[in-house]
Amino acid sequence: MTETFYEVLRRQGITRRSFLKFCSLTATSLGLGTSAAPTIAHALENKPRTPVLWLHGLECTCCSESFIRSAHPLTKDVVLSMLSLDYDDTLMAAAGHQAEAILDEVKKKYKGNYIVAVEGNPPLNEDGMFCIQGGRPFVEKLRETCADAKAIISWGACASYGCVQAAKPNPTRATPVHKVITGKPIINVPGCPPIAEVMTGVVTYMLTFDRIPELDRQGRPKMFYGQRIHDKCYRRGHFDAGQFAEAWDDEGARKGYCLYKMGCKGPTTYNACSSMRWNGGVSWPVQSGHGCIGCSEDGFWDKGSFYDRVTSITPFGAESNADSIGQAAAGTVGAAIAAHAAVTALARARQSNAHGQPEKQGENQ
Amino acid sequence: MLSQQDMLEAERHGKQVRSIYVYEAPVRLWHWINALCMVVLAVTGYFIGKPLPTVPGEAAENFLLGYIRFAHFAAAYIFAVGLVGRVYWAFVGNHHARQIFKLPIFNGQWWSEVFFELRWYLFLEKTPKKYVGHNPMAQLMMFFFFTVLAIGMLFTGFALYSEGAGVGSWQDSLFGWVIPALGGSLQVHNVHRLGMWIMMTFAAIHIYAAIREDIMSRQSLISTMISGWRMFKD
Repeated sequence: MTETFYEVLRRQGITRRSFLKFCSLTATSLGLGTSAAPTIAHALENKPRTPVLWLHGLECTCCSESFIRSAHPLTKDVVLSMLSLDYDDTLMAAAGHQAEAILDEVKKKYKGNYIVAVEGNPPLNEDGMFCIQGGRPFVEKLRETCADAKAIISWGACASYGCVQAAKPNPTRATPVHKVITGKPIINVPGCPPIAEVMTGVVTYMLTFDRIPELDRQGRPKMFYGQRIHDKCYRRGHFDAGQFAEAWDDEGARKGYCLYKMGCKGPTTYNACSSMRWNGGVSWPVQSGHGCIGCSEDGFWDKGSFYDRVTSITPFGAESNADSIGQAAAGTVGAAIAAHAAVTALARARQSNAHGQPEKQGENQ
Repeated sequence: MLSQQDMLEAERHGKQVRSIYVYEAPVRLWHWINALCMVVLAVTGYFIGKPLPTVPGEAAENFLLGYIRFAHFAAAYIFAVGLVGRVYWAFVGNHHARQIFKLPIFNGQWWSEVFFELRWYLFLEKTPKKYVGHNPMAQLMMFFFFTVLAIGMLFTGFALYSEGAGVGSWQDSLFGWVIPALGGSLQVHNVHRLGMWIMMTFAAIHIYAAIREDIMSRQSLISTMISGWRMFKD
């Protein structure tokens, strides 16, 4: 009835040699070691392909752009074949009623046995009218499609946290997937976009082992989001040494010093950029000389400047940061103490003038 | 603990011995170790958020921020262990050792004395009351700006430390939940830094009030935290 991944790959002209290379590369990138490669190969050779329905809500398609550039699990064609990507508005050939019919078909045929990958998020204001697909709100389509899914993958910062469309004041009430869909395993794969190999890695893991990867407190796969950018940054040595770029064109910037003072969010961002890098390992933001902006963190648009470390917080509506609030408080209290001390001294002096013996005041009570 | 009782006690003692043993040795020792830790933590913490100017030379030959962070973590551990020890002493020590951990909020008399102290600090009362331990206002301030704040700093601090210690470390197991609860690592950094400023502001008030009361209320405060004995000057 359904083909296995291997059959599809061979049909598409992928050699067995390339297939096995892919298996060992995937095993290594999942942190399983090369001994897991035969397991992956076996799974891909024998298991029927799990259909993946890829939905697009409010988003910019950067996740898809990233995904189709995945370098290590072979080429984009292979990745797409491997996935059995049965529905994807932006990539599929079908359109209109034909396309929408596939959703129903997969839902019936593979009930409880397909994966929904969500790129973007549903806006909830005005009954979801800010994102209409096929004549109805995206949130309805999302709920229906997820109802019979085995698991849900939230691609990117949009689906995981809300991203820019959920930034204050969030006029459309764009809401992350896990706050709309409950009762299903949801894997958050944040980033704007996530790294291509992270995306294919998550999918490959799920197809190979038939279970979702181990997740952390925020629902992210531990294998890719277990450490901060900072922990694996090749400029970390300069951080510990106390060597920083203090301007974009200074000596420190030329020497490749730590970008902490330029507002790098590496120490507060969980992602795999510093170990896996981007575009097939060519480079990544810090390597190109710009600090991390923390795109895989919850609400990163609302956390102040990308170029400060002690960033803005808005406790009373006014833009401020911990240091300016703290210094203002300390300054005010310092001045108050000085004034209080002065008044105390004055009152004491007046008392001693009046009575001659201020020491005896307490005794009379 | 109440002023009337304390005043009677103080006056009775004042006529005879003129001094009362208030702070036991562990409390005094903790106070000064804690004060030292706070100074180290505030200074190093400030420079972790806003590092010193770049040091010259090779990265391999320098470890400036590394040492600053080490000092911060070492002082933080001493601060944490000290606070745990202090909580223990609140159970086994004298009743003055419990003052900064629990407030008699259902006691009307206590509240009226809080307001009396407020009036005293606003120059609306001519003569101060004497207390063997903290005065009610001081106790209220100590509770919120030291005890509660210090626990908050411990939780946020260990949560931040867990990021380096890694997933599965005990710091992560015990305090890792603080990070998503406060909305992310950057928020926790900001809150922790704001906490430092509040703590330092309170420290300034604490020191000022101690010196002022030492002079104005005719009883010893600063030497009491060294010797343990509260001296009443008249």
